[in-house]
Amino acid sequence: MNAKISFRDVSRTFPMKRTTFTALDEVSLDIGDEEFVTVVGPSGCGKSTLLNLAAGLAVPTSGEVLVDGKPVTGPGPDRGVIFQQYALFPWLTVRGNVEFGLKLASVPATERRRRAERAIELVGLTDFADALPKTLSGGMKQRCAIARAYAVDPQVLLMDEPFGALDALTRVQLQDQLLDTWSRDRRTVLFVTHDVDEAVYLARRVVVMAARPGRIQSVIEVDLPYPRTEAIRLSPEFARIRNAVWTAVYHQTPAATTAA
Amino acid sequence: MSSTETPVKRATPVRESAGPAREPRRRGRPRIPALALNLIALVAGIGLWAWLASLGIQALPGPAAVADKAGELIADGTLADDALASLRRVLIGFALGTLLAVPVGFLMGWYPVARGLLEPYVQFFRTVPPLAMIPLAIVLLGIGEVPKIFVIFLAAFLSSVVAAFQGVVGVERTLIDAARVLGAHDGTIFLKVVVPASAPFILVGMRIGLGSAWGTLVAAELIAAQEGLGYQMQKAQLYYDLPTIFVGLITIGLLGLLMDRLLLLAERRLTRWQETR
Ligand SMILES: Nc1ncnc2c1ncn2[C@@H]1O[C@H](COP(=O)(O)OP(=O)(O)OP(=O)(O)O)[C@@H](O)[C@H]1O
Ligand SMILES: [Mg+2]
Repeated sequence: MNAKISFRDVSRTFPMKRTTFTALDEVSLDIGDEEFVTVVGPSGCGKSTLLNLAAGLAVPTSGEVLVDGKPVTGPGPDRGVIFQQYALFPWLTVRGNVEFGLKLASVPATERRRRAERAIELVGLTDFADALPKTLSGGMKQRCAIARAYAVDPQVLLMDEPFGALDALTRVQLQDQLLDTWSRDRRTVLFVTHDVDEAVYLARRVVVMAARPGRIQSVIEVDLPYPRTEAIRLSPEFARIRNAVWTAVYHQTPAATTAA
Repeated sequence: MSSTETPVKRATPVRESAGPAREPRRRGRPRIPALALNLIALVAGIGLWAWLASLGIQALPGPAAVADKAGELIADGTLADDALASLRRVLIGFALGTLLAVPVGFLMGWYPVARGLLEPYVQFFRTVPPLAMIPLAIVLLGIGEVPKIFVIFLAAFLSSVVAAFQGVVGVERTLIDAARVLGAHDGTIFLKVVVPASAPFILVGMRIGLGSAWGTLVAAELIAAQEGLGYQMQKAQLYYDLPTIFVGLITIGLLGLLMDRLLLLAERRLTRWQETR
């Protein structure tokens, strides 16, 4: 299989006062083209670090991160990132935010308008295109952030707990919306969450990470068909996989080098 | 100067609460509009002044005498000339000061090397009152327009450079990351993210800068000026011409208030996007 994103023995350490802190320890992972992979794990296990490495917002201490077989040297519009804290530009309207990346890519004005409009429509914010972020609800802000990422048409979507701050209902709606778009345009998605249900519902494979040092504990295949529906969410098969992931996350055997 | 508050210490500049927002606090009591209270205070103040003057304390001129003098100075054009001369100095000094403060503040906030190099000087000169620079300015720059504008420039620069610096340092990391992943490079990030995100700080800094520039004016004009409100007051002092001194003081206050309100208006318009806390 040709990997879209591959992590090859990637380590990331941070210097501490006397020691070094290992946020990621020799992580290797291949994510296929058009694959939807979720990452779960306890807080501080290096999920965000992993995602930031793929985004080019961080550099590995050792090992390498490849996208399309080429080492990542920095962020770029081929990889869209959606942050947990929305990170909308508060001085721009929804439209202004969505057009931001298109302006950077020097897309001509009419084309830019059209593409922004389409992205805004996709996330259902057409009526709020001229609203400032401060007037939007959390769910709407996140939809705006998603539209901003979609607008530049990245091949890879990197999402760091994008629905973490939302209520259960909004979260499920956005999950379905995300899967819906993904089933049509088939981007490669790397999605970080600490919600086990969410991880299983969305992904073809769930990567379970462990902390101290941050590493991959196991990779669990989700053998459920797309499109995922409520029936699937309630099926015994879903429950079985969910339990397996839950066990992997919450009953982790500590690493040999565990510090108290 | 109109406002004595110094918002530098605030973590984030908060908009001055506009009328309706602060009213619910005073429930139960009949509300008197703020403007009416302002007017009452003004009338009472003038009344008190007239009364004190009528007692003959220290030859204090009453409001009527000052108003007469003001009419006289307006009629012969000296007040307008002096006010213009003063305004010109303040605006030039202020414009140069803030114009330089913004890029310097940005450099300091953006590049640790620039910060390390510049910060000791900024911090040092911030503790030296601009007025204390006057003797040095006279010796080095002579007695023309240059030393006066320089001192005002310094006052404006020092107070707004810190605000600009704090603004840049305070820009949320994720906003910069968000721009980077959309393909922005340093120059674009600077113009499209850092500048707008720190605009509220910069505008607060500009208001403080304007305050200190205007406040430095009178003293700067004591340096052998030929015209200007400070010069006029200085001259009046020699002749015990109290009404002229009062006219000068009131004009300085009114012009300062006017400029401050204009900047406040600009601040409100440019930072409307801020989340209200
Ligand atoms: N810049 C940094 N300096 C020092 N340590 C860091 C830095 N960034 C991350 N770490 C450490 O690396 C570890 C992994 O961080 P990371 O943010 O990737 O965790 P996470 O799995 O995303 O956690 P969460 O679920 O809470 O978001 C944490 O223990 C954190 O303290
Ligand atoms: Mg994280």
